[in-house]
Amino acid sequence: MIEYQNIFTRTQIHGPADMGVPLPNGGNRERVGKPIFVHLFGLLGDAQVGPIYLGWLGILSILCGVIAFEIIGLNMWASVNWSPIQFLRQLFWLALEPPPAKYGLHFPPMAEGGWWLLAGFFLTASIILWWVRTYRRAIALGMGTHVAWAFAAAIWLYLVLGFIRPLLMGNFGEAVPFGIFPHLDWTAAFSIRYGNLFYNPFHMLSIAFLYGSALLFAMHAATILAVSRLGGEREIEQIVDRGTASERAALFWRWTMGFNATMESIHRWAWWFAVLCPLAGGIGILLTGTVVDNWYLWGIKHGFAPEYAYDMWAPVLDPALAAK
Amino acid sequence: MNMKYGLAFIAVAAGALLAMATLMHWERPPMASTQLGPRGVGMVWTQNPRTEAIVKSKNIAPESDPPAQLSGIKVKDSPDYQNVKVLGDLDVEEFNRLMGAITNWVAPDEGCTYCHNPENMADDGLYTKVVARRMLQMTRQINTMWTPHVQQTGVTCYTCHRGNPVPANIWFKNDGPPHAAGMSASRQGEGLASKSVGMTSLPYDPFTTLLAKGAQIRVDGTEALPTGKPGASIHDTEVTYGLMIHMSEALGVNCTFCHNSRQFASWSESRPQRVPAWHGLRMVTDLNETFMASLQGTFPKNRLGPSGDVAKVNCATCHQGVNKPLYGVSMAKDYPELRVANP
Repeated sequence: MIEYQNIFTRTQIHGPADMGVPLPNGGNRERVGKPIFVHLFGLLGDAQVGPIYLGWLGILSILCGVIAFEIIGLNMWASVNWSPIQFLRQLFWLALEPPPAKYGLHFPPMAEGGWWLLAGFFLTASIILWWVRTYRRAIALGMGTHVAWAFAAAIWLYLVLGFIRPLLMGNFGEAVPFGIFPHLDWTAAFSIRYGNLFYNPFHMLSIAFLYGSALLFAMHAATILAVSRLGGEREIEQIVDRGTASERAALFWRWTMGFNATMESIHRWAWWFAVLCPLAGGIGILLTGTVVDNWYLWGIKHGFAPEYAYDMWAPVLDPALAAK
Repeated sequence: MNMKYGLAFIAVAAGALLAMATLMHWERPPMASTQLGPRGVGMVWTQNPRTEAIVKSKNIAPESDPPAQLSGIKVKDSPDYQNVKVLGDLDVEEFNRLMGAITNWVAPDEGCTYCHNPENMADDGLYTKVVARRMLQMTRQINTMWTPHVQQTGVTCYTCHRGNPVPANIWFKNDGPPHAAGMSASRQGEGLASKSVGMTSLPYDPFTTLLAKGAQIRVDGTEALPTGKPGASIHDTEVTYGLMIHMSEALGVNCTFCHNSRQFASWSESRPQRVPAWHGLRMVTDLNETFMASLQGTFPKNRLGPSGDVAKVNCATCHQGVNKPLYGVSMAKDYPELRVANP
């Protein structure tokens, strides 16, 4: 039983491959490939790889994703004049930039952001096709659609950043470039332009849910691992049939913080925290520039940005005003 | 079979980690930090004492020559000196002392003949002499008209040149390295690892746009709510951001040396250092447009930039990694002839 007191998964089942449950309407037909077992995968998750089901949605999604990936990658490569060395050296710096603001919502020349729009279209198509796939696979297996809706929350943030907000602002120049460092520079520039995103209450909420998710994830995982020697891994059964693992875990949290989640509610907490992170964040982005132009000044206006005493130096005046 | 997949997996993960580690620029602790603002606003100057020692050793002001024993004869009154258009009011001895100093500051290896025709010192045949004359006027302009930036410290030729005929830190209009032709996506002036903007992927030539008269450096929204007028675009913001990174690198300071990063735009929460910096940006614009641009036709082709423009100054030209050039040592006080207003 001490086997459970380890960071990595210690249990690997060796037996015939699990082909999954039989489904009505010949739903087993699309499962292809003979499953293989990878020991190292088993340390992190299930050692079994396959069988695979892609279907039309999966194939189209991957196709659209590959097209987007190629558009982005080839344009990045062109931006260093097709030099393979520069492409590798500068890969993290290279970008596919959105159209300059002057083109508004019109389709710009290909070299001036047209490729960005095309890449965005195919990437969005790929993501949405994959979303439909997660929804339909869940239905096919008789599951709830919780995963699909959680994924939809992330897609909401993605669409706000790259499509909905630029539409409201009236130009695609507001959208995020494709590229590793360029999209991070965009993030910093976006916050600077709109007066510091940390004063955006929805950004605050999003951060609270982000860190909250990490905290809840750690608390829950630690609790279940800690009571697994007492049967805690049967957590779903214990929603209605509380066993000693549940009781000990609950008492532990009541002792340490006076309150405990239940075997059911902890999963709802986790789901909502994770989903509210991009939902709140998306609202925050959507309001930026459209409804609020400078979040810091907005924070001053509504009295929640704290004041500090700048008495270490004489008052500083804007020299541009002094020059007038 | 299974182990092979596993090894491949480990190799890919290790390769990715190695690539990340080699891409990063590592500096070991401890860092020295100085509190610059009130508690709680994170206004801290972080310096690496080891790099700081190297920078210090590279920014030492040379000893000034002893003052000239005045002869009582002005250059313009002496028949030995012809074609002296800027320094004619100097005493002959003062003039010779300055010429010697300029040689040491600008062309120590090349000597007098870098600018002068040894057969006829008055000859304007060498372009370098014409440039040097204009640069003397520029130095006087800085020391007399731009005291809001250089204060009483002033500058000499050495502030920029440091023994190099062409200062180490200059800029040209930069369209970046070659780009594939046709309809491939434009870089839009960014997305390359660029020294000019501290190895970020920000726009690599913020100077052409923002070090120009009437340029709009300010990008922040000035009202809490949208005013209906179009504000700065994200790209504009990135250009300003690039210029600010340049300033930070050029002066060896971080953002909070001048700004309160909770609101970069706010003057009432900025440090007083932001005011001379503001004047500095106007100063380099004036120097480039009034002095450097006037030499466009004087410089030979090999001294011009890739698009045929004249070399220009930015913050790094003088500062060279130090917030006060040469750590604030005033060489100009020993050369009062450089602090005379241009007519």
